[in-house]
Parts: sequence; C-alpha cells; structure tokens
Amino acid sequence: MRIGIDVGGTNTDAVLMDGMEVKSYNKTPTTADVSSGIMTVLRAVLEEGDAEASDITAVMIGTTHFTNAVVERKRLLEVAAIRLGLPATKGLPPMTDWPPDLGETLGYHRYLVHGGHEFDGREIAPLNEAELKEAANDMRTKGLKAAAITSVFSPVNPDMEARAAEIIANEAPDAMISLSHEIGRVGFLERENATIMNACLTDLAAKVVKSFESALASLNITAPFYISQNDGTLMTAEFVEKYPVLTFASGPTNSMRGAAKLAGAKEAMVVDIGGTTSDVGMLLHGFPRESSVAVEIGGVRTNFRMPDVLAFGLGGGSIVRDDGARIGPDSVGYELTEKALVFGGDVLTTTDIVVAAGHADIGDRSKVAHLSSELIETAVTTMHRMVDEAVDKMKTSAEPLPVILVGGGSILMSRDLPSASKIIKPDYASVANAIGAAIAQVGGEVDRVFSLEGLGRDNALAQAKEEATAKAVGAGASASSVQIVDIEEVPLAYLPSSATRIRVKAVGDLEMNK
Amino acid sequence: MKLNRTDLIDLCRGAAFLGTGGGGDPYIGRLMVEHAMAESHEVEIIDPSEVPDDALVLPTAMMGAPTVLVEKLPRGDEAVKSLQRLERHLGKKAFATMPIEIGGINSTMPLVVGARLGLPVVDADGMGRAFPELQMETFAVYGVSGTPMAITNEYGDCTLVETHDNKMMEWIARGVTIRMGGAAYIAEYPMTGEEVKRTSVPNTLTLALKIGRCIREARESHVNPFQALLDLLPKTPYSFGKIIYRGKIIDMFRETRAGFAAGRAQIQGLDEWSGVMEIEIQNENLTARVNGKLKAIVPDLICIMDSETAEPITTETLRYGQRVTVMGVAVPPIMRSPEALAIFGPVGFGIDEPFTPIEQME
Repeated sequence: MRIGIDVGGTNTDAVLMDGMEVKSYNKTPTTADVSSGIMTVLRAVLEEGDAEASDITAVMIGTTHFTNAVVERKRLLEVAAIRLGLPATKGLPPMTDWPPDLGETLGYHRYLVHGGHEFDGREIAPLNEAELKEAANDMRTKGLKAAAITSVFSPVNPDMEARAAEIIANEAPDAMISLSHEIGRVGFLERENATIMNACLTDLAAKVVKSFESALASLNITAPFYISQNDGTLMTAEFVEKYPVLTFASGPTNSMRGAAKLAGAKEAMVVDIGGTTSDVGMLLHGFPRESSVAVEIGGVRTNFRMPDVLAFGLGGGSIVRDDGARIGPDSVGYELTEKALVFGGDVLTTTDIVVAAGHADIGDRSKVAHLSSELIETAVTTMHRMVDEAVDKMKTSAEPLPVILVGGGSILMSRDLPSASKIIKPDYASVANAIGAAIAQVGGEVDRVFSLEGLGRDNALAQAKEEATAKAVGAGASASSVQIVDIEEVPLAYLPSSATRIRVKAVGDLEMNK
Repeated sequence: MKLNRTDLIDLCRGAAFLGTGGGGDPYIGRLMVEHAMAESHEVEIIDPSEVPDDALVLPTAMMGAPTVLVEKLPRGDEAVKSLQRLERHLGKKAFATMPIEIGGINSTMPLVVGARLGLPVVDADGMGRAFPELQMETFAVYGVSGTPMAITNEYGDCTLVETHDNKMMEWIARGVTIRMGGAAYIAEYPMTGEEVKRTSVPNTLTLALKIGRCIREARESHVNPFQALLDLLPKTPYSFGKIIYRGKIIDMFRETRAGFAAGRAQIQGLDEWSGVMEIEIQNENLTARVNGKLKAIVPDLICIMDSETAEPITTETLRYGQRVTVMGVAVPPIMRSPEALAIFGPVGFGIDEPFTPIEQME
C-alpha cells in the first residue's frame, strides 16, 4: 500500500491507497513544524484503513512549502549567482528584473565568468577556472553557503556547469550548488532565475526533508518517500534536497492528476471549484497540458514546466448579485459559515443558491425559502455558463471532452455543460491532491537544440527519446514501463535549416523494489 | 521627448503589435534599456524634422535568431561598437541613431545605443513593421545603400560589409551572423538627415508607444482595448484598422523553409465569425484568408492578439486553443508604392497575388 500526502498552506491531506483503491483518507490543519500535521493524518489514515506501518511500500508527498517561502521571502539563503558566458551576457547581470526586496534578501552576489557555448555547441570562451576560484574565495569570505551556476546554452552542452561545480566544491566544500541545466530549459534569464531561486531554498529543503523523515520514522514507516514535482512526476528525497524549486507547481498538477485517476479518464477537462475561485485545466494522456508562456513566481520570471491553468472567480462562497445574473469574482471565502444566508448571515452566496435549488443540504434551508424561483434559476444558469465558458476556453479542439469536477465547490454544478461530453463527479474529490501525489510516476525530459546536419531528423528524435528514457530510469522508473508522452519540435529561424529545438518527455511507473 | 519606464513598457507592447508576429519578443531589449536607464543614462527621441539635412544618422539593430538572443544575452555594447566602426570608416560622427525595424526587439536596440552614447534616437524606421531581411527597407526602396555596414559580436570582432546591392548585403551579413553564434549587432544604412526624411516611415517609435499605451489604458479603465485601438489608428499614419476575425486557434503547423520559420495557423471562428481563418507565416504573418478568401495581405499588418487582454502574440508562442482576435491595419503610403511593393509586397515573399489594401477588402 502507498500513502499520498498533500501539505498545503492551510490543510494537510493524506490518502491510503491499495493499488488504485482508496482505503482511507483524512485532513488536518497544516502545522508550523510540518511534521506534527503529517503525523496526525498518517496515524488517522493508517487507523481508518486498518493498516500497519509495515504494509506501506512508498509515501508520496506534494508540498507548496517552497513556493510559499519564496512568496513570503522567508527562510531563504543568500546566493552566489555564478554565470558562465563572458564576454557575452554582460549587458544584463543576474537578477536584473527581480523585485528588489527578494533580490536584497538573496544579497545580489553576482559573479560573471568567461565561458558558455553557442547554439551549435562551439565555445563562446574557454571556461576561466581562475575567475571561478576567485568567486569561490569571495563566497568563502562572505560566508555564502549556496551557489547557482548558469552557463549559456547549457541545455545543449552541460559540461561547463559540471566543471564549474567541481571547482567551487573544491574551494568551498560546504557550499550547496545548483546547476541550471538540471532545472530549466533554453531561455537564459528564466533558467538562471529558477536556478538562483533553487539555491536560496536548499537549506530549507534539507530541513523539510528531515521533518518528513522524522514524521515517518516516528510512526515506524520505513518505506522510501518521494516528493512530487511540477510536471506530476516524482523525485527522491535526495533529489528534492538539491532541486526544491521543481516542486513549485506541484499543487495544481497533483489535483488534476488525482482527478484523472478518480474519473478513469486520460483526455479530459478538470474543474477544481474551491471557495473563492475555480481552476480549469486540460489533461492530455493523463498529464496536465503545460503553459507555454513565462510564469512569474514571487515576482520572478521563470520558464518552468507549469500546468496551463485558468483561474476564474467562481466558488462556494462567491457573492450573488443582480438577481442571479452576476456572480463573484468576490467571495465571503472562509467566512462562509458566518456570512452565507443558510448559516444565518446576510450575504447571498452560491452555496445558498444550491441549497435553495435543492441540490445540496447545507446549513438551514428555511433561511433561503424566500428566494424567488426566477432568481434561483438565473443564478444556477449563470454558474453553469461561467464554468462552460472557462472549459471551452481551455480546450484545444471543438470536440466535447469529459469534464471532471473536483473540490468542495463542485456541489454548484448540477446540469450538463455544452462543452462537455459528460460530467464526472468522482468520489474522494476533496482529496484529489493527495491522490495525485500517491499515483505519481517518474519522468525524464530532454529539451535542447539539435543540429540535424549529418545526424538527420529521425536519428535526432531517436537520440532525444533515448536520453529522456534514460533520465526517467535514472530518476527511479522501471525501465519496462517508460513511455514517451510528449514530443515537440521547433525549427529555429535565421539559422542553418538543420538547427531544431527538440523537447521529449518520458514517464514510467516507480520501480517499487528500488 | 525623454522616455520613462512606463513609456518603455508601452513602447515594447506596441512594437510587438507592429511586429505582426515576428521581430522577436522585445523583453530582453526592454531590460537592456532599463538597465541603461538605471545607470542614469537617458533615452531621447527626436522628430525626423529635428535632424539637419546634412547630419549623419546611423541606424542600429540586432540581426539573427531571437531564439538565440534569449539564451545568449549580449555583452551590451556590440551595436555601439558597430556604430562607432561606421563612424571611423566614414570619418564623421553620427548625429543620431534610429531603428531599421519598429516591429519586435529591434525597436529597442537603438534605444540602448542612444542611451549609452548620449545620442538622440530618430522617431522613424525603415520597415514600419517587422520583415525578415535587411533589404526589405523603405531606405532601400528609395535608393539608400545599406552598406557600408558593420557587424559586431560580444568580443568586439567586427566585420565591415560593402556590397554592390542590398540583397547581397543581407546574404553576406546573414552568413557572418551565423559564424558569430546566430545573433549579432549591426549598424547599417548610413544616411543623411535629408535621406531620413525622404525614405523612412515617420513617427513609428511614438506610434508604438501610443499603441502600447492605448491597450494598457483601455485595460485599466475596463473599456474594450480593440475598440480603443480602432479609434486610435485613424489619428496616426496607419490610418485604418479593422477586426478581420475572432476565434480560437485549432491548428499550428511549423516548418523551416530556407532558414526561416514558416508555418500556418488555423483559427476557428467564434461568435459572429463563421468558417476558418488561415494565416500564412514566414516569421511574420503574411496573408489571412477565410475559407480561401483573402482578408489581409502583406505589407498591411496582420496582428494576432489575445482576445481577452489584447496582448499581441508572437509567432513562436502561438499555440492550440488560444482565443485570438485578428486585426488588419493599413500601412502608410510610403510602404505601398509600386517600388515598395516590389521589394516587400506579396511578390517579395513569392505570393502569387496582387496587393489589395485592407480598406478595400470585403
């Protein structure tokens, strides 16, 4: 049996699964130390599921802890931002477009070093090891414990980043080093930003991993644990200690993956209706479709593999106006149980509408008996229109797709949607996050510019697939289960026609006896 | 006028609009200008009428693949060195610099040069939009030689190009740029003030600024940004604009043709728009057709924007599922003369179709 845990800003959820069957689930408020909240839900799911600690073969954890640390500017290390690319790149030093408060928290320690590659693999300059040693000396003097190394076109050739890491590790043995080619893709500033953010989180990552470990150990769970990352795949505890930044978007990803599993659908739209907002995303081959535009986190531009999610202002606490014709975007939020009519308050909310319509039994129904049937009808129609429009907006073809409803606000939906082939409201929808973590797979990705000259397109694709597969196996996937789930080719303008950017993603099931 | 940071962001948004899908994301260029401003350099934009007839103007730009630029950031003074190399070659100091291409990232490169050297930037350019090649310039159309031209990389390695015509300049410079890593920085089309006034598309920097500002202010005051743009255009040399389609991207096809990113976007009509619009792309949007019927054609602008925010969308970021609004915009008369159309009209892109102004399209 495996356990999936979602450590959110508000709640910690856990689910115990036997194969694909949910044995038990539980929710508890997230605690400041993280581990005591985890222990509480773990105890509960083991007890309710009638399971022993020794029955557990793996624990998967999804967490927004690292995202929150950056957003709150707390618990972050100062970072040596080391860039390999001189004489190019000097025009825009590291952290150029950062919010000043975050930049100051990290200390603006910037080191520009000769090195880097061209798009076709030539060197811009040989790596200047003397400059690197100087940087390491300065790091030591300043007492910096974290370094982020970013080299131009390292997705094409990572060798210089690896060599630079050796030199820094030699000179400053206790430094935690983050390498950009492990973290991001082509797009220098965004990749460098992500690498610097990663470095500032490495101390926190070690602490969080320890608190997970101690929570599990105190319950005598000896199974290995994994942490879910942005693209819905897993990483090991050792890996997350090095690359905490890769957890940034795991929340919505887990929720969508969990919904897919609960509904038994691989191509579907997922609508997660909360208290204030709803998120809509699209599942392709069981994975969230990823956003192609730059995503800002804590005010910093990145190019992470983030799920493409549209948020809109409809939730269980949304305020209803204009006789039901206008709903949200404002909401009574967590004050629903004081302010909504059915709870004796004086604000007309979407929850009041569904109670009045007889679609849910929440609070005191007599408090909404006075609402006219026209108002109720208009409001119900408005809610369905809002969801329908959002779903249609996120779809990539006119073809109707199944729509999976999850989240506490899913009670708002009672009718068919024109954009949906069918509506699915799965059981356990309120812990879709934790289920998404529990069923996560492991993946590997290749994203770089290939010169097709001599190599040929077929060989280049084969090479990319092979590398992605090897990365997935390296990350813990069982080799026989690995599949290629995504291939993207973008030819580059104004370059010899053979230069093409190829992105391949492979995923597989976790090798359980590893 | 002196440019401030809000102006700069507006200008970049307008430049992306005028890029009609090409020209590259101005983000990096914008950061370079901001960086120069933060070091207390100023950007001053002057009207073409303020340039004395005998003064020397040296336009500056980035040449190469925007995809390379976003990875291999510049040293920052490459274009400055190209300009200075031409000054040495010509034995004369530049009075000002200016853009060769208002669409996309090249709207910003001369701002960096101007700020670093304390030179004013002339409010005009040679394309009035974005085009893929260096001979596709009104400067060239009306008789200015692109050479002597200078190309510089991050080492300050510099190539001086002198050719018998502008097409050969493009051909040789393209090769040099690839050897320099796929992105390099140029100064070309050395001109007198008289030539600037006679051969450039005037007031395009301030036009980009106005377009970007118009979209931002419309959003801030919750009015329809498309209507705001349609109201703005008649007050500019780009005298006419209309919405030619609204819908959702249902197919994106991309390929490389002779070194260019070519492709085709299909848009399924929504609301009152029926059928499917097909947009032919060669770096920039070249033609827009609905069910085979022509709706807009190069050099008129075919601008694809996000239907919600009116943010211009570049070719590289077009993808399935986006809700887009397509606007056709008339370019100024200087870009529609027979001589101009011979170089960057439909025939310049191998399209077997006469140019029809957007105003006359059904």
